Amino acid sequence: MRGTSLFLLSVSAAVLAGSAPAFAAWQPQKPIEFVATAGPGGGTDNLARAVQNIITKYKLTEQPIVVVNKGGGSGAEGYVYGKASAGDPYKVIFGTSNAWQQPLVSKVAFNYTDLTPIAAMAQDEFLLWVKQDAPYKTAGDYLKAAASGEFKMGGAQSKDTDEVLTRMIEKVGHVKLTYIPFKSGAETAVQLAGGHLDSHVNNPSESIGQWRGGTQRPLCVFSPKHLPQGPKVTATEGWSDVPTCAEQGLDIKQYEQPRTVWLPGKVTPEQAAYYVDLMKKVQATPEWKDYIEKTSQVDTFLTGAEFDKFIKEDLEHVKQVAGEQGWLIK
Amino acid sequence: MDNLSELLHGFTIAVTVPHLALMAVGVLLGILVGVLPGLGAPNGVSLLLPLTFGMQPVSAIILLSSMYWGALFGGSVTSILFNIPGEPSSVATTFDGYPMARDGRPTTALATAFGSAAFGALIGVILITFLASWVAQVALAFGPPEYFAVYFLAFASFVGMGGAAPIKTVVALAIGFAIAAIGIDTVSGSVRLTMGVDELVKGVNFVVAVMGLFGIGELLVAVEEEFHARAVSSKIDWREVLRAVGRLPRHSVALLRSAAIGCWMGITPGGPTAASFMSYGIARRFSRRGRYFGTGEVEGIISPETADHAAGTSALLPMLSLGIPGSATAAVMMGGLMIWGLNPGPMLFVDQKDFVWGLIASMYVGNIVAVALVLLTVPVFAALMRIPFVVIAPLIVIICVVGAYSVSNSYLDVVMMLGFGIVGYLFKKLFYPLAPLVLAIVIGDKAEDAFRQSMLMSKGSLGIFFANKLVTCLVVGGIALLLLPLVLQLARLFRKPASSGTETTSREKVII
Repeated sequence: MRGTSLFLLSVSAAVLAGSAPAFAAWQPQKPIEFVATAGPGGGTDNLARAVQNIITKYKLTEQPIVVVNKGGGSGAEGYVYGKASAGDPYKVIFGTSNAWQQPLVSKVAFNYTDLTPIAAMAQDEFLLWVKQDAPYKTAGDYLKAAASGEFKMGGAQSKDTDEVLTRMIEKVGHVKLTYIPFKSGAETAVQLAGGHLDSHVNNPSESIGQWRGGTQRPLCVFSPKHLPQGPKVTATEGWSDVPTCAEQGLDIKQYEQPRTVWLPGKVTPEQAAYYVDLMKKVQATPEWKDYIEKTSQVDTFLTGAEFDKFIKEDLEHVKQVAGEQGWLIK
Repeated sequence: MDNLSELLHGFTIAVTVPHLALMAVGVLLGILVGVLPGLGAPNGVSLLLPLTFGMQPVSAIILLSSMYWGALFGGSVTSILFNIPGEPSSVATTFDGYPMARDGRPTTALATAFGSAAFGALIGVILITFLASWVAQVALAFGPPEYFAVYFLAFASFVGMGGAAPIKTVVALAIGFAIAAIGIDTVSGSVRLTMGVDELVKGVNFVVAVMGLFGIGELLVAVEEEFHARAVSSKIDWREVLRAVGRLPRHSVALLRSAAIGCWMGITPGGPTAASFMSYGIARRFSRRGRYFGTGEVEGIISPETADHAAGTSALLPMLSLGIPGSATAAVMMGGLMIWGLNPGPMLFVDQKDFVWGLIASMYVGNIVAVALVLLTVPVFAALMRIPFVVIAPLIVIICVVGAYSVSNSYLDVVMMLGFGIVGYLFKKLFYPLAPLVLAIVIGDKAEDAFRQSMLMSKGSLGIFFANKLVTCLVVGGIALLLLPLVLQLARLFRKPASSGTETTSREKVII
C-alpha cells in the first residue's frame, strides 16, 4: 500500500512540477499548522519559520500559517502528534532523520511509516571539531592521540546522529571514545571551548561562531567532497578549506542529516502533492538561498522515490551501528 | 576604560526617538504577554520575531529585549495577585507576594517587586558592561561537574533552610524529581515513566505543573475556607507606590545580597529560577524576620525578585558571548540573531560592536522605560483585587485552563494541570512544602543530567566533584548549607537543653 501511494505521490509530484496550474489540485481551505519537532531557536524550528516567512512573503497560499513547537522527548512529541492527526492535511511536521532513527533505539509511540513523507529540504553536514589549541592538525593525528582511550567526545542527545557517528569513528579508527550526551549542539560547543571535552561532531551552524572566535576548529568533514565555496569564516579559512575525513585517514565517506518535512498519515496523494509543490516553490526563492547560506547547510531536495531510498539506506546503516551497540529495542 | 567609551557610543544608538518608541511598544507588549495566561515571554518573542526580519538587527533586538523586560515584570503581576506564576523564575515571588496582596496591600507588594526587580536588572547590566570579557571566561570554566555543583548549591540553600519538617521536604523533593524524570532521558535516550501514555514522552511542562499547584490548589483551599468571600479593599493610591519604592533602601543588605546571588547564578549558567529560589532561601535564613517569611514579608518579595532580574539580565551575556541561551526566551532571540545574519559567539563583541553595545545601552534605557511604565500600571492591577471572589475564582480557573492548553495545544496538559491542582491542595492541607517540589520539577532533570555526565567523564568516580578549586568550593558550600540547620540545632541544644520556646508554629512555616 505504502509503495503504491509513494509511487502515486512521486508521479503526481512530477506532473505538478511540470504544469502546476494545469489541473484543479487540492487547495488548503483553512489555516495550516507547521509543527517543529524542536524547541524555539533550534535548527528545525529555524527551518519551519524560514519556510513560513517565505510562503507568507510570496503569498504562496491564501491560508495563514502558524508555527508550533513540539520538541519534547527529543522531537518525539511532534511526531506522536503527527501520528495522532492521521488524515489531517493541515498539519505539516518539520523534523530530521530522527523520524526514522528514534523509533529504532527508544520506545517512542510512532514510526516514520505513520507519517507521509513530503521532502528532505536541506542537508546538514557533520565535522570533527577539536579545541583550537589542541596539538593535532589532521584526523590521523587525532586518531593516534585518541588511541590512549581517554578521549571524551561530546554530542547532542543519546543514541542519536552524533552518537551513531561517534561509534562509527570508533570502529573505523580503532579507538575507544567516551561519549557524553548534552541537550544540544550549542551546549556541546561551549563544553569543548571550556576544555571539558576533547572533540565533538557538530554541524557547521552549531559551531561557526566558536570557529570564528578561535575557540575550536574543524579537522575534517564527513562528506565525499569538500563543502561548497562560501565566504571565509576565519581570516584565512572557509568551509571549503576543510579537508574530508576520508582523505585524512578516517574512512567515513558520507554522513549527513537531512531536514525533513512530513504530513500525517492517511492523507490523499493530491494533498501530499500540494505540499511537495509548495516546498519546491519555497526552494526557488532567493530568501531560501539566503537561509541555506546563513545556516551553512547544503541545499537539497529529495522527494518521492528518491527520499524513500535515502530513508531506507540510512535506516540500514543506523540499524547496523545500533545493532552492534546493542541499542535496538526489542 | 575601553568599555565605557563603547557604552557611550552604544547610548548614541539606543537613545534615538525611533528606538525609544520601539522600547515603549516592546515593554507594553511584554507586560501584556506577561500578564496574559500561558503566553509568556518565549511565545511572545517568537510571535514578534517574524516582524523583525525587515528591521536593522539593533532595532530588532531592542524591540525583542524590551518585550522580554516587560514580560518579566508582567509575570510578577499574576504571581502576586493571583498566586499564578507565569514563569518558573517568579514562583518564589508568590511565597510572600501573594499573602501580602491578599492581606490588602497589593499596591505595596507590586511596587516593592517592581522596584527591587529594576534594581536587580540594573546591577546585572552594570556587571555586563564592565566585566563582559571576564564573565565569558568564568562561564567557560563550567563543565558538567560544576553545573551539578551549582544545582546542588541551589537545592541545598533552599532545602537546608526550609521550615517544614525535613522528612516532608524530602518527600516533596522526591516527587518533584520523579515528575522531572518523565519523558525522554538525555543521557540514555530511553523513555521513562510515561505509564503507557504516548503523549507523556514530551515530559511535564513546568507551566502546567505550577498553574495547577499554585493557581488551582490555592483556589481549592480558598473555596473551602471561604475567607475570600470578601473583596480586598485596596485604595488606588499613587503615593503608596512611591512610598513602597522609597522604603526599598532600608533593605539594602537584602537587595545587594540578592543581586549578588542573581548575578552569580546568571553567569554561572544556573539561571534565574535557581537564583530566585536560592536568594529566597538564604534571605529566610539570614533575615531577622526570617520566621515570618511566607506571611507577606517585604524582604520575601525583594529577595527573589532582585535575584531573578539580576540573573535574567546577566544571563544574556553567555548568550551573546558564548552562544548558550540562558533561558527559553534567550533561545528564541538567538534564533533571531542567526536569521538577522549575526552569529552569537565570541566574535560578536569584535565584529558587531554597534549591535552589542547598542543592545547593552538599550538594557539601561529599556529597564528605566519598563519600570516607569510598569509602576504607572500598579494601581490599575491592584484594583483587580477589589473584584469579589465569586467573579475572580472562575476567572482564575479560565486563566489556568487556557494557560495550560496553550503550552502545546494539548488537552492532556489541561487534565494534568487540574491533577496538579489537587496535589497542590493536598500539599497545603497536609503541610507539605510546595517549593522543593517545584524546584525539583524545574531543575531536577538538569541536575540529574549534569551528575550523570560527570559520572561518564570520571568513569564513575565521585572524585570529579573535588577535582579543582571551583567545583570543590561549590560542593563544600552546598554541603555546609545543607548541614547548617542541623549544626545550629545541635548548638542550641547544647546551650540551653530544655527550652522549647523558640519553636515557631509549624503552620506558619509550612506555607512555603
